[in-house]
Amino acid sequence: MSGYILRRCLAVIPVMLLVAVFVFLLLRLTPGDPAAIIAGDMATPAQLERIREAMGLNDPIPVQFATWIGQLMQGDLGVSLISNTPVSIMVAERIGPTISIAVLTILMSVVISVPMGVLAAWKHRSGVDYAVMTFSVLGFSVPVFVIGYLFILIFSLRLGWFPVQGFQPISAGLRPFLSSAFLPALTLSTIYVALIARMTRANMLDVLGEDYIRTARAKGAPERRVLFRHALRNAAVPILTVIGTGFALLIGGVVVTETVFNIPGLGRLTVDAILARDYPVIQAMILLTSFLYVLVNLLIDLSYSLFDPRIRY
Amino acid sequence: MRFKTGTFDAAEVVLTVRDLSVTLPETPGNPAVLKSIDVTIRAGETVCLVGESGSGKSVTSLAVMGLLPQALRVAGGSIHLQGRDLLALSRAQMRDLRAARVAMIFQEPMTALNPVLRVGDQIMEVMELHTQLSAAERRRRAIAIMEQVHLPDVDRIFRSYPHQLSGGQRQRIMIAMALVLEPALLIADEPTTALDVTTQRQILSLIDELQQKHGTAVLFITHDMGVVAEIADTVYVMKQGEIVEHGAVESLLRAPKADYTQKLLRAVPSLAPRPARAMGGDPVLRVEGLNKVYGGGGLFRKLPVAHAAKDVTFALSRGRTLGIVGESGSGKSTVARCIMRLIEPSSGRIMLDGADIAPLSRAALRPHRRKLQVVFQDPMRSLNPRWTVGESLIEGPLNYGTPRREAMAEAARLMGVVGLPEDALRRYPHQFSGGQRQRIAIARAVMMRPDVLVADEAVSALDVSVQAQVLDLLDQLQRDLGIAIVFITHDLRVAAQICDEVIVMQRGAVVEHGPAGQVLAAPAHPYTRALIEAAPGRAWDFQNFREMPEVIHAEPA
Repeated sequence: MSGYILRRCLAVIPVMLLVAVFVFLLLRLTPGDPAAIIAGDMATPAQLERIREAMGLNDPIPVQFATWIGQLMQGDLGVSLISNTPVSIMVAERIGPTISIAVLTILMSVVISVPMGVLAAWKHRSGVDYAVMTFSVLGFSVPVFVIGYLFILIFSLRLGWFPVQGFQPISAGLRPFLSSAFLPALTLSTIYVALIARMTRANMLDVLGEDYIRTARAKGAPERRVLFRHALRNAAVPILTVIGTGFALLIGGVVVTETVFNIPGLGRLTVDAILARDYPVIQAMILLTSFLYVLVNLLIDLSYSLFDPRIRY
Repeated sequence: MRFKTGTFDAAEVVLTVRDLSVTLPETPGNPAVLKSIDVTIRAGETVCLVGESGSGKSVTSLAVMGLLPQALRVAGGSIHLQGRDLLALSRAQMRDLRAARVAMIFQEPMTALNPVLRVGDQIMEVMELHTQLSAAERRRRAIAIMEQVHLPDVDRIFRSYPHQLSGGQRQRIMIAMALVLEPALLIADEPTTALDVTTQRQILSLIDELQQKHGTAVLFITHDMGVVAEIADTVYVMKQGEIVEHGAVESLLRAPKADYTQKLLRAVPSLAPRPARAMGGDPVLRVEGLNKVYGGGGLFRKLPVAHAAKDVTFALSRGRTLGIVGESGSGKSTVARCIMRLIEPSSGRIMLDGADIAPLSRAALRPHRRKLQVVFQDPMRSLNPRWTVGESLIEGPLNYGTPRREAMAEAARLMGVVGLPEDALRRYPHQFSGGQRQRIAIARAVMMRPDVLVADEAVSALDVSVQAQVLDLLDQLQRDLGIAIVFITHDLRVAAQICDEVIVMQRGAVVEHGPAGQVLAAPAHPYTRALIEAAPGRAWDFQNFREMPEVIHAEPA
């Protein structure tokens, strides 16, 4: 088992290296000269050449790559072309809101969707089941920004329960954080609730037809115990996969929500950087997102064996 | 044959089922699944409920447990357990009785235990649900009952997950779970059907032993007349939701009254081997020194090697049947799959019609494929459910260039041969019964005009009467087309009926090989003898309602 974990962790290195090569080449191959962007429209060829020399752009590509990787290893993600601040500082400032909202979203989604899915499977083909399935279709099909503005309209403007916009970090206290993060997280969670509830329902339906469920009932186990002790754990692995993928998607996919609720997170940082052609920031964001993907997937894979003893590495 | 002869008139009545009817209320016409059946079981008595699939045996047991599937409703009658009216109880009251007063074990020990919970916890759960015992006491009792069901190394097994145990061990766990609270009634629904004969024998004697010890009443559901002869005090024969006959085991087997009972008994394949047929000409299939080895690889150190098939050699000529018998894990299916090249043999030669197909590449094998066809155990899973029967039948010939029209005409002709209407070609597999599906699977294989047909447990999932029909069909095809058949089975009765020659396998190796009459009537190897001795009801000649005329098992020559 520990050997397997070590091997899986080591396997992250080549994956990340591939991503790094890809990111590096992507920017070298796109048309346009970063030096020209920095120098601005009025620069003379001599100025341009000086900037190129300073940025190392005249070195052979492999040398440039080695230099870049060396800097990465020291945590140096480069300097933003636009604001001239180190990218690592920019990312550090923005990562808090995004991660905390993503975690809150996934927590809320799981707490809401798993019981929904279990209930729908248990009451298969009943009103409850159809209600859950209808909600799922809605959750999938209504765009996030519509749901976001709708929630603001109802919960913030009409009811006045939550602030309309803005963000308070956890360091400012749990209450302010929750009050600012609740609506964005709820908005984001609709699609994940829909997805996870469907997944839970489908897998629970499969498991509830299994012989050991009949055994549990023959032992006189009450329904709640049959569902949550005997069935849910057997249905857990595919559900976990969806939850993990959902979390990874959340990190990269929160642009709209951050815009609607005016939250200074990674999503907006990325969009701003793309619009401004701020290459170092884009680079850093691609690297960071793929690293989180790989990490989350690794954690999910390792967690399977917690739920299913037949999975041993 | 020694039957049980106990009388139970004085014993306490444990279960009374009176006039019980169960229907399918949501199906048009409200068809009856059980038609006013009566069953009585007394303390210490074993009642066998026999019948073919669809006869309502399992529905009866589930009705007693209060676990009928949602689509079924009790339409009338009563069920009394130790005087209590079960049908009048609330859900919660019925839950309290389950496992405590009436417990159940099921057919498939492989799937009846929760795969993600330790078996010790699953046994203790019964006590958790029904008693106030402390955790330490629950544990002590669980260990005690595990010892009673003769599990080895109880401490280790207590902490094991189901997948770490063998089928027999899992069934012992199920029995331990069912009996830990000493219920008055144990319902056993085909508990040994999925097990090997030697394991079956152990489980049957275990149930018997525990029954003696605790005075449990047992309702035993089975389709196997051999098992009935071994364990029943009283037998109820069911057909299409009705009880057609019941009585003490010996009188029922000796003098069956109902036509259906007689028909059922006549369909039980005899353990006496059929007369061998004339030796064929040159062998069409010759297997020489076939080995299949797993493991042994490993990057840094050599992994342990497992021989799934060890030095298997045999020859088979046209029109004859070779049986490969053995228990699960004996390697019989491995040999079949190697011959089919569904898995790669590690070494050895497979001469098909004079050519060695063992070393051939996938592409080079292609022209030989059609000469080798297979019929698997479960026709439901081996026919594509989304394809019509016709599409499934003609796929093979189309792959080998037969024009569609021609293939379809041949398929229609074969439907007649296997005894199905021609319009079956336009229907889907789920619209047929198990026996019909197996005939379709056989027709599918015969479409290719094979030289060799491999039948891997091809009749094991079928009822005896259907089994007899399918065996007849194979026999007829063999006579008409001269196909050679490799027949893989764990069932010695079936092997005795169809095989000319028999190979007995144990742990990958051939322990005995010879004419069926010799191997089955005068086995030389102790393992073969053990297999035959474990076959339930072997001393009874079911077809003729009497003892076997001569003892099958003679001293080795």
